[in-house]
Amino acid sequence: MSGIILPGADGALFQRDRDWHPAADTPGYKSTTFRAPRHSLLALGPTKSETSGPTFGHEKLGELDNDLIRNYSQDGTEAIGQRMIVYGQVLDENARPVPGTLVEYWQANAGGRYRHKKEGYLAALDPNFGGFGRSITDENGFYHFRTVKPGAYPWPNRGNDWRPAHIHFSIFGHAFAQRLITQMYFEGDPMIWQCPIVATINDKAAIDQLTAKLDRHNTTPMDALAYRFDIVLRGRRSTMFENKLEGN
Amino acid sequence: MSLHPTPVLKESPSQTAGPYVHIGMTPNFCGITGVIDADLGLTMLTPDTVGERIVISGRVIDGSGAPVSDAVLELWQADAEGSFSAPMGPNSNSAPAFSGWGRQPTQPDGSFTFETIKPGRVDGPDGKPMAPHVSLWIVARGINIGLQTRLYFSDEAEANAGDFVLNKIMDPRRRETLIARKEEGAVPRYVLDIHLQGDKETVFFDI
Repeated sequence: MSGIILPGADGALFQRDRDWHPAADTPGYKSTTFRAPRHSLLALGPTKSETSGPTFGHEKLGELDNDLIRNYSQDGTEAIGQRMIVYGQVLDENARPVPGTLVEYWQANAGGRYRHKKEGYLAALDPNFGGFGRSITDENGFYHFRTVKPGAYPWPNRGNDWRPAHIHFSIFGHAFAQRLITQMYFEGDPMIWQCPIVATINDKAAIDQLTAKLDRHNTTPMDALAYRFDIVLRGRRSTMFENKLEGN
Repeated sequence: MSLHPTPVLKESPSQTAGPYVHIGMTPNFCGITGVIDADLGLTMLTPDTVGERIVISGRVIDGSGAPVSDAVLELWQADAEGSFSAPMGPNSNSAPAFSGWGRQPTQPDGSFTFETIKPGRVDGPDGKPMAPHVSLWIVARGINIGLQTRLYFSDEAEANAGDFVLNKIMDPRRRETLIARKEEGAVPRYVLDIHLQGDKETVFFDI
């Protein structure tokens, strides 16, 4: 029976591969200069405080929470832009689905402008697009939402930098130490390869992991393209069994 | 077969939460109203919460001494008995008396405030109870991967002295970066500034 991983196993989390993640200090992305800790992170094996985490099953999600085309509409008018379905599975590093977890997402509108008072881009604000939504993954770890494709936009990092089209994601998982914020990019976008924030990631395979794939099978005819974006959270070792020594 | 299978997938790499993390995590706070009734995690307490009411506050400060006005902090803690909130089923509609989890945006001056209860002691990996603490997670523009740290309480000196985690920090001056100063009042307030860099840089963890 050794080697069997029980659903909901609460063993220790796998160590985070910090070479796969971006380093804290990445000079090409200037905002890290004063915000990257200089000391080494202190190694701390996860305790109960980090292997437990909040759950959100008791929060009633609104019917339109995962429909960015309509959830901020002021007068029934739908958001402007190329209509899309974004969906995917939240998994852990053992390829087990992560059900019942909160996924939040936010993005610029089709013109590349955020609904934020500090936003400085000239592109038009869509009065019917807020740019925020959320889902709870189903029993198989899947989430999905409807939105419009965000535009690329300029930012003042080095005077003339542009961000590729992207959607921000926040995912909880089942342990506080699984907490993750990342971004989804779009397959085939040439803007990906000149972006200083994308370039904080060293490994091309890791960047590919953040690139959603066009999925022709799940398009809605005459309505919306579909993109699949799977997300992997930290995995856990299996729980030790009382008879663990047998067979070892 | 192994009890410790090698991971078959890689964790999705982190990316910065960007300058507009408030849109996604505290939408009402930044003016995106009508999508969700209230921002998640603003309230941790209910009238039924058992425990001593406290306030936890502080500021997030960057390496130039400037306030970090665009951050989001999350707090995760045990209840007064040292237990973590029981998981709620996806179909359950009953709120727990104490969520154990809070989320707050930083204000223009970099400040944050959580209204919560003093946590109980949780067993550490060495089998001894850890000192009362809350776990904190900080994200913002320019933070490529969320920063994990803890807040301990200045009026728990004896427990702190024996704490498994605090004792991993060799330099006692750095240990102090995790200990919130108590201010007496109708509701006790514990104040801790989080320094991302500089002479007072907070100890952050690789968990």
